[in-house]
Amino acid sequence: MSLALDKPRSPRRPAARRGNGELYSWLFMRLSGLLLVILVLGHLFIMNILDGGIHRINFGFVAGRWASPFWQFWDLSMLWLAQIHGGNGVRTIINDYARKDATRFWLKMLLYVSMVLIIALGTFVIFTFDPNISN
Amino acid sequence: MTATAETTAGSRGSLPPVPDGAVTVTVKIRRFNPEIDDEPRWDSFDIPALPSDRVLNLLHHIKWYVDGTLTFRRSCAHGICGSDAMRINGVNRLACKVLLKDLLEKGDKHTTITIEPIKGLPVHKDLLVDMEPFFEAFRAVKPYLVTYGNEPTRERIQSAADRERFDDTTKCILCACCTTSCPVYWTEGSYFGPAAIVNAHRFIFDSRDEGAEERLDILNDIDGVWRCRTTFNCTDACPRGIQVTKAIQEVKRALLFKRV
Repeated sequence: MSLALDKPRSPRRPAARRGNGELYSWLFMRLSGLLLVILVLGHLFIMNILDGGIHRINFGFVAGRWASPFWQFWDLSMLWLAQIHGGNGVRTIINDYARKDATRFWLKMLLYVSMVLIIALGTFVIFTFDPNISN
Repeated sequence: MTATAETTAGSRGSLPPVPDGAVTVTVKIRRFNPEIDDEPRWDSFDIPALPSDRVLNLLHHIKWYVDGTLTFRRSCAHGICGSDAMRINGVNRLACKVLLKDLLEKGDKHTTITIEPIKGLPVHKDLLVDMEPFFEAFRAVKPYLVTYGNEPTRERIQSAADRERFDDTTKCILCACCTTSCPVYWTEGSYFGPAAIVNAHRFIFDSRDEGAEERLDILNDIDGVWRCRTTFNCTDACPRGIQVTKAIQEVKRALLFKRV
């Protein structure tokens, strides 16, 4: 490599900036993982253990929970974090294991489309859920 | 294999006398001759050896007295040059640093030692691999002192504490044991690999060096440190005892907090 020194006395040459995407995705995995431990374990505890567990879960129970913005927010953040956390994990696995660029591209496209669909559908249901729906 | 191949190239002639206390071990080697084989094959040799022998001695015995066509690298044979990295019983080791007594089966059971070329690099012949992709990654991280501005008139002084920060990573001998033990490197050769990161670490944390930012930028890329899954294979494989995974984590930390 040849060094182009236009400012020979400057202590440090400004480095060519690359994206910080990989750094942020790595950091996101750690932070979302911590949050998901609380959210998912809390969810499992409420749904499966507390007050008779799964036996009390029915339409009314879900409707009652989603009447509260707190549980809406809980389920929404769990959905988004789990989807993006899991999706990012699968993305790194695809990056590691796909040998051909075309395979890598299409696997990632499949992954991204499924992530968007599930996030969109879940978000739609959480916000538009109608407890008065009959039958 | 019998000793009929004495006259092959590289052979030293008739078998030497078997020393007292020698045990016969089977050495199973994954071989590949590009002029003959389509696929790698396994060859087994029964060799008399002393428990104090190194695995490299067994390979020498095979090459010198049994089959002169066996191909492998070695130079100093004392764990300094880093030429004879190979996969011994499934783990990356220097053949000149592994003693037979540590591989012998307990009791009277027969010992078989499997030797393969290091994984993830193209095999030229037998245990000889193409190291060029490995060195390419090494060169990409600028493993040399980078400074800007005018040369100082006197020596670049460094305190003992500053030197201590990268002391561990100065020990690297570029044997490729770590990089070729990394599962990420096996499946995706574009990953820089532990050895390149170790050598970047050696300069990033050097107080005399001014190229830390450039190197960190290179390692911040998709094929850089974020590919590391902390499986610790590299730390386990390093014949110099470098805490490779720790060095990679220190580079990640420097990137994360933008502080060297």
